[in-house]
Amino acid sequence: MKKFLLTGVAGLALCGQMAAAEVDENAPMGGNMIVTYKDDVATLDPAIGYDWQNWSMIKSLFDGLMGYEPGTTTLRNELASDYSISADGLVHTFTLKDGIKFHNGRDIVAEDVKYSLDRVTNPKTRSPGAGFFGMIAGFDEWSAGKGDGLSGVKVIDDKTVEITLSRPDATFGHVMALNFASIVPHEAVEASGEDFGREPVGSGAFKLAEWSPGQRVVFERFEEYHRANLPKLDQVTFEIGLEPTVALLRLQQGQADVPGDGIPPAQFLQVLNNPAQKDNVIEGGQLHTGYITLNTQMAPFDNVKVRKAVNMAINKDRIVKLINGRAVPANQPLPPTMPGYAEDYEGYPFDPAKAKEMLAEAGYPDGFTTELYVMNVDPNPRIAQAVQQDLKQIGITAEIRSLAQANVIAAGGEADQAPMIWSGGMAWIADFPDPSNFYGPILGCAGAVQGGWNWSWYCNKDLDARAAEADAMTGEENAAARIEAWKSIYLDVMEDAPWVPVFNEQRFTLTSDRIAGDSSLFVDPVHIPVNYDYIYSKDAK
Amino acid sequence: MPAYLARRLMESILILLGITLVTFILLYLVPADPARQIAGRSATAETVQNIRDQLGLNDPFFMQYWRYLTALFQGDMGRSYLQRAEVSELVASRLPASLLLMVAAIVTELIFGLTIGIVAALRRNRPADHGLMIFSFVSISAPQFVIGILLLYVFAVKLGWFPIGGYGSFAHVVLPAVTLGFLGAGWYSRMMRSSMIDVLGQDFVRTAQAKGLGKARIILRHVIPNAILPIIAMIGIDIGLFMSGIVVVESVFGWPGIGQLAWQAIQRVDIPVIMGVTMISATAIVLGNLLADLVAPMIDPRIKTK
Repeated sequence: MKKFLLTGVAGLALCGQMAAAEVDENAPMGGNMIVTYKDDVATLDPAIGYDWQNWSMIKSLFDGLMGYEPGTTTLRNELASDYSISADGLVHTFTLKDGIKFHNGRDIVAEDVKYSLDRVTNPKTRSPGAGFFGMIAGFDEWSAGKGDGLSGVKVIDDKTVEITLSRPDATFGHVMALNFASIVPHEAVEASGEDFGREPVGSGAFKLAEWSPGQRVVFERFEEYHRANLPKLDQVTFEIGLEPTVALLRLQQGQADVPGDGIPPAQFLQVLNNPAQKDNVIEGGQLHTGYITLNTQMAPFDNVKVRKAVNMAINKDRIVKLINGRAVPANQPLPPTMPGYAEDYEGYPFDPAKAKEMLAEAGYPDGFTTELYVMNVDPNPRIAQAVQQDLKQIGITAEIRSLAQANVIAAGGEADQAPMIWSGGMAWIADFPDPSNFYGPILGCAGAVQGGWNWSWYCNKDLDARAAEADAMTGEENAAARIEAWKSIYLDVMEDAPWVPVFNEQRFTLTSDRIAGDSSLFVDPVHIPVNYDYIYSKDAK
Repeated sequence: MPAYLARRLMESILILLGITLVTFILLYLVPADPARQIAGRSATAETVQNIRDQLGLNDPFFMQYWRYLTALFQGDMGRSYLQRAEVSELVASRLPASLLLMVAAIVTELIFGLTIGIVAALRRNRPADHGLMIFSFVSISAPQFVIGILLLYVFAVKLGWFPIGGYGSFAHVVLPAVTLGFLGAGWYSRMMRSSMIDVLGQDFVRTAQAKGLGKARIILRHVIPNAILPIIAMIGIDIGLFMSGIVVVESVFGWPGIGQLAWQAIQRVDIPVIMGVTMISATAIVLGNLLADLVAPMIDPRIKTK
């Protein structure tokens, strides 16, 4: 698996199965599991943590009002016992479950919900997730530092909280399931201040037992967790600082159960060919698309024919082979496991001859010289070289600019700097399983600003209006029509060809023989690398 | 001596000040915006701007630098942008592990380097000498990442003598120390060999032989103590070399030191942490050099402190 550190993206490799997983409620309780990671855990504060490593850890330490059925992308109530939406889609009322407690033993009340939402959107918190709550009434004032909280969040009584939106938004349920919407106890946050990320107190299945910087983080069972018979394990130990190669050696020696960073690319085939290990490899889809952006505001990519020609010039099958088949070729922005994916869409064919013709039509019979930006971590430079060779076939000379992640992101955020960027290692994995999450920041006008993530600088006002309409279609009865609306938006995006969609990454998780659970838990869409709460140990009685 | 010490200390402080300035300039010029790293990909332009304001990233360069310096002189290294923890705490929690590894590596390289150098000098131009010099050549050229993985595979995985990476007991420190000390051992063996050959050819050695002293006594009492002097002075300078090696070795063995911390901070443009780690390493290097210069005249009176 690729490292999507900061951008990280939050881990949300939300994958595939839309149906509920077969979770064995009667699996034995007890035992422990060892997960290895190379990087130290940045923070366990749910308002701050936004990389794929701490994303699922935070999920096990904290709860929000909403969550997902294990192993799926199906929303379920988490701390809320009831969730209702007014007819106009603006007022969302949540009722809290009875007997829910924080790790410090205190009962969770509606006031905690308001405190937590005010905290994550408070500009002083500097939360990377604040922008997700933009639909809540009063967000603009509060995020500008005016007032004393979100005016749209009202505590009705100890058990009830009412959230008013400034516009109907069909994705609000998913937003309330994000880590950023986790409920935190104010007394613990106030006691720890900026160090809350090292001393987290939540209400999740596990609580933090030990944190030795650079060495290990240990979670242990929260005895008063609000779901019965969970978590299955007594303890999860994260061993930190281990190179993926070293982690694999530990796993082979029975000293680790899951390599958190995945199977290192260099050892991938070796593991798949190892009879003792290949049965312990579990594959799943993820809500990821890797793409090449073509800067629509820079010549010659301001010409749609040039962009279409490039789309036809890239041999995606070869690129997938280059990464040992750890992905499937893509032809549209949405990944196949995302609602709204157009199965019958064929996309641009791989046809260098036709691409060359089209380039001539656009006025470049002899091609041109351009630049391709890429993050300097394997396999991305190799992928960029393959793209470079493909472009050479139709006469385009692309010079590769291989830079550190932060520098590529900075270049993409300038209107006139990067003609082409290969997104690998940076973008894009969905934050939540909804098609809208692939539009706004990376294809909409809002992202085509300095410092934005729309590196194609593609801005189609008509599509922006249709996107806003689609997101206003709330309620169960409109769900299907809304998905159709999104599907047609993405197909129209492809008509303008601001991207070359290249592939959708697959997830491969390796486990030891000691732990078990439904296979969907090992490629759980929101818990990477595995769902810590539901996995059980075969050693447990 | 006290005047010399005072002058050298002043110089060291100036050097460290220079290092803060250069590092600060470099980080200021890097075309990556820390505010955007903090804000994440879903942030609006206003959010990024707000973060820049809060962290003072919009202020002119010299104002930012002055603020950093004044805080530094009050012992405040700031807070990590991404972890939100005090940099001094982050560094303090990592420093003991790095120091332990460094001391262990110095011991390793001295034991290997000196022994090999002495044996090679005494067996000069014989097969043993050639063999040992080839070994030292390999140890100087081999990449530490490769040696680390190789040692792990053979001694931890195959033979099971040591744990597969990690931190805690004496057994944990052996392989990283050997990996880190391997390079220095190569250098020291070459230096010790030529230093020994130098001393062996000097008059006082011939005098000792003429007095009828036994060979072992001559080597142990007269040759080695004289040959070892220039090596001791090198150890201080070596600390700089270790600081670069430590990043690689710590990452191979999962050693919770400052190398690991530095690597992650650089990846994510976490400026306060980068500054903190740079300051600590620079201080170690400057102190190491100072110490080497102070110790040298004590063990060899021919060198005078001026």
